[in-house]
Amino acid sequence: MIGRKCCLGSWNLVLRLIFWGYLSWGFCGETPTGWGQVPRIDNPVLQLKQRVVKIYGSGGVRGLEAYQSGIIVSENGWVLTVWSHVLDTDRLRVVLDDGRTYVARLHQYNPRSELAILRVDDQSLPHFDLTRGAVPNVGSSVYVGSNLFGVATGDEAVSVMRGVVAAIAPLDARRGQFEIPYRDTVVILDVITNNPGAAGGAIIDARGNLIGLVGKEVQCRRTGTWLNFGYLLEQIGPEVRELIEGAPLKTTSAGKPGEPWTLELLGVRLIPAIVHRTPPYVDGVKMGSRAAEAGLLADDLIIEVDGKVVAAIDDLLRVLEGLGRDSSLRITVQRGGEFKTLQLRGR
Amino acid sequence: MWAGIVFTLTSTLFGQKIDLPSELVTEEQDRIAVIARASQATVCVFDRNGEGGGSGVLVSPEGFALTNFHVVQPCGKFMKCGLNDGRLYDAVVVGVDPTGDVALIKLFGRDDFPVAPWGDSDQVVVGEPCFAVGNPFLLAHDFQPTVTWGIVSGINRYQYPDGGILEYADSIQTDAAINPGNSGGPLFNRAGEVIGINGRGSFEKRGRVNVGVGYAVSINQIKRFYSLLKGGRIVDHATLGATVRGRAGDEVRVSNLLETSDAYRQGLRFDDRLVKFAEREVSSTNQFKNILGTYPREFRVPLEVERDGELIRMIVELAGVNDPQVLDDLVHGDATPRDSENGESTDDDMDELARFFERRIGFANYFFNRRERERVWSGFVGARDVTQLAGKWQIDGNSGLGGSQFLLDDAKSGLKTPTMIELFEDRGAQTALESSGPESRWLAGMHLIRRLIFRGPERFGDLTYGGVFPLPERKMNCEVLTGTLGSVSVRFYFSQNLARLECVEIDDLSERRTSRLWLSGERTDQLWPLSSEMEFEIENGPRQRFNQILLDVANQKQETPQR
Repeated sequence: MIGRKCCLGSWNLVLRLIFWGYLSWGFCGETPTGWGQVPRIDNPVLQLKQRVVKIYGSGGVRGLEAYQSGIIVSENGWVLTVWSHVLDTDRLRVVLDDGRTYVARLHQYNPRSELAILRVDDQSLPHFDLTRGAVPNVGSSVYVGSNLFGVATGDEAVSVMRGVVAAIAPLDARRGQFEIPYRDTVVILDVITNNPGAAGGAIIDARGNLIGLVGKEVQCRRTGTWLNFGYLLEQIGPEVRELIEGAPLKTTSAGKPGEPWTLELLGVRLIPAIVHRTPPYVDGVKMGSRAAEAGLLADDLIIEVDGKVVAAIDDLLRVLEGLGRDSSLRITVQRGGEFKTLQLRGR
Repeated sequence: MWAGIVFTLTSTLFGQKIDLPSELVTEEQDRIAVIARASQATVCVFDRNGEGGGSGVLVSPEGFALTNFHVVQPCGKFMKCGLNDGRLYDAVVVGVDPTGDVALIKLFGRDDFPVAPWGDSDQVVVGEPCFAVGNPFLLAHDFQPTVTWGIVSGINRYQYPDGGILEYADSIQTDAAINPGNSGGPLFNRAGEVIGINGRGSFEKRGRVNVGVGYAVSINQIKRFYSLLKGGRIVDHATLGATVRGRAGDEVRVSNLLETSDAYRQGLRFDDRLVKFAEREVSSTNQFKNILGTYPREFRVPLEVERDGELIRMIVELAGVNDPQVLDDLVHGDATPRDSENGESTDDDMDELARFFERRIGFANYFFNRRERERVWSGFVGARDVTQLAGKWQIDGNSGLGGSQFLLDDAKSGLKTPTMIELFEDRGAQTALESSGPESRWLAGMHLIRRLIFRGPERFGDLTYGGVFPLPERKMNCEVLTGTLGSVSVRFYFSQNLARLECVEIDDLSERRTSRLWLSGERTDQLWPLSSEMEFEIENGPRQRFNQILLDVANQKQETPQR
């Protein structure tokens, strides 16, 4: 009985907190805003407008968007976003709210968290200070800025939404049939933020402090509900710094040493490349082959070969062409919700 | 705030009643009042069978309401509208804007409909609160509209044409829930003023339900079209007749130009840099499209360009985007069976409304054009008995050529200058225009004024209500009557209070030469409806004007009426 009462009480508390969070935007400045006046919420929104960028890259076919969002995290050109097919191009563009356009380079990414860092060439950008992030509470009011649906073009600012932190909990999600490997604590919002192109957008509190980064479109693994989640800055901060400090990704292979590896030699059969940029899923592995020896299994998704990202079958074939069969291969695969790195012997 | 939370926590834990700060209570009470007023003016639009529909908003006490074209289109000529007083009202389509997805309808049954005030969408800022009222999923069977609250997510959004001619320029984006059925309903600012008409959303795999991305046609765009819609027209949006291309450094330059366009005639050239369009700075092609897309066809707007370091200013008449016939087919061509000739509805209520609908090509409902034309004309003529002005007109003036005199009567129109005499039988202005000299155009102008005054709009020839158009030379907006006589098209510009005729614009359609007769000064005489001074201006090619002559009509002699 007591337990039940407690339970009701705590719900009441949550609701009240939500209520206060909802009203708090009107009280975040020095003086309360009167009804009908121009609201002073401009400022946090201005932060979003200047610091959230539009990213344009590959895609644009078969329902794959060629755009997403990112946030500027340093004045000297580091842009934080999420890893996706959009980044898989040499012609990556980052556009600011005033129309300034930069050619961007993928600097580093982490396939587990799906965070990615881009670099643009500028030394004086408006940016979010990663060391001054805020930790939200359930019920806090937030603003979210993102390039959802690609509606903001040219010198238009990204779209802004307002919502409330509905939960702070570990992520347990899937995209289609595949589990999302990221299981850390995330923020769940009550507003539909995770739309096409929104991933990489910023979540800020009513004072303009960065709380987190909008995630991709995912569904709850158990219920199938679309989740509007964001990475928490306090969780990803150290990793973002590691990515920035990491060596730049090698993008080009240096010639073709000896005879290249082929899929046949490795003993790997991939699923047929039926659509443009079909991801390299393993369909079968030949018994006794190098691949079988190393433990590659059917249904594995090949993500990296010798440190090079392979997002599609084309990429994989191109990378293999650049690798001599005399040397061993390091292949990273996604298997269910996990990542595994396998070593394949050279000849 | 923290004190408040601590207080809330404490009071929650101890189960006490809490006292909210008085500012909060007031704010909430105000919001409730604003929403209540907004809900009264919101319309639930249904087709005659009560099946399809959408939303709308009342903007005049006599029952004019704004909605979407795509809401009205499936309904045909007539529709049923529910208000939150629980009553159902009959309504008729008045004017439509298929490109901008806006329609004006008129409700019947009251002359004191609750009205939503117009807002100013140029003042809208991203992040400010806003709310949508409407009938999502048509779920309000008692016509109590649904209210959804959110913020302005984006402004100046341009939505590319969606396969057809529909184009949303300069629209407002909101995260307030916009669902099917909200279409045509109002988006309000926190003060309860209409800032837009909701009509579109971005939807994805979740189906046609809100994902927090709705778009509203900005109310300032609708303000420009409103009078045209009220005149029963099928309105069209505008094009400059030129394409532009953005370049580095915020430059927008003319990349292609139609030589038949008015822009070319007024002197716009390839590679000119656009500086200002309609007094707004042009900073990108996107923004230019945004501004242009909110203007009606045939509006004359100032344009400022830079060429070789020189700033050039011109006034350009905008051309239409669509073929008028295509628009007419779109609106009337696929009328639903219940509106076709032989399939008239058996609904008695609607048959009573039949007199409020008149079909004419180029119009959604010509009945309302007739009404507006009558309003302008009777407003201008007032209580004057213009038949007393019949008989001969003699207008003496001092043109640059020396003393000149107009002589007009029922049979002839003539102009005498020191060097020449022009005289025409009353076969219309066309005759006057066919002769070459500029003087003949002045004569044509005077002739058309006289024709309007004596015959009135009904017997003038083909004369319709145009709407409220800008007159950039005088920095004012005017009520316009527009007509054609043979190959001559004419526009009469009246001041908005209808006290004065400001300008008569004559276009020779075969030659595309425009002449304008400017009227200024006061109306001196009780009987004489025109102003005391006139000034003629003729365009004879790009940016060349000549022969501006002032004619003094103060000493016009009036002879005894012959009838």
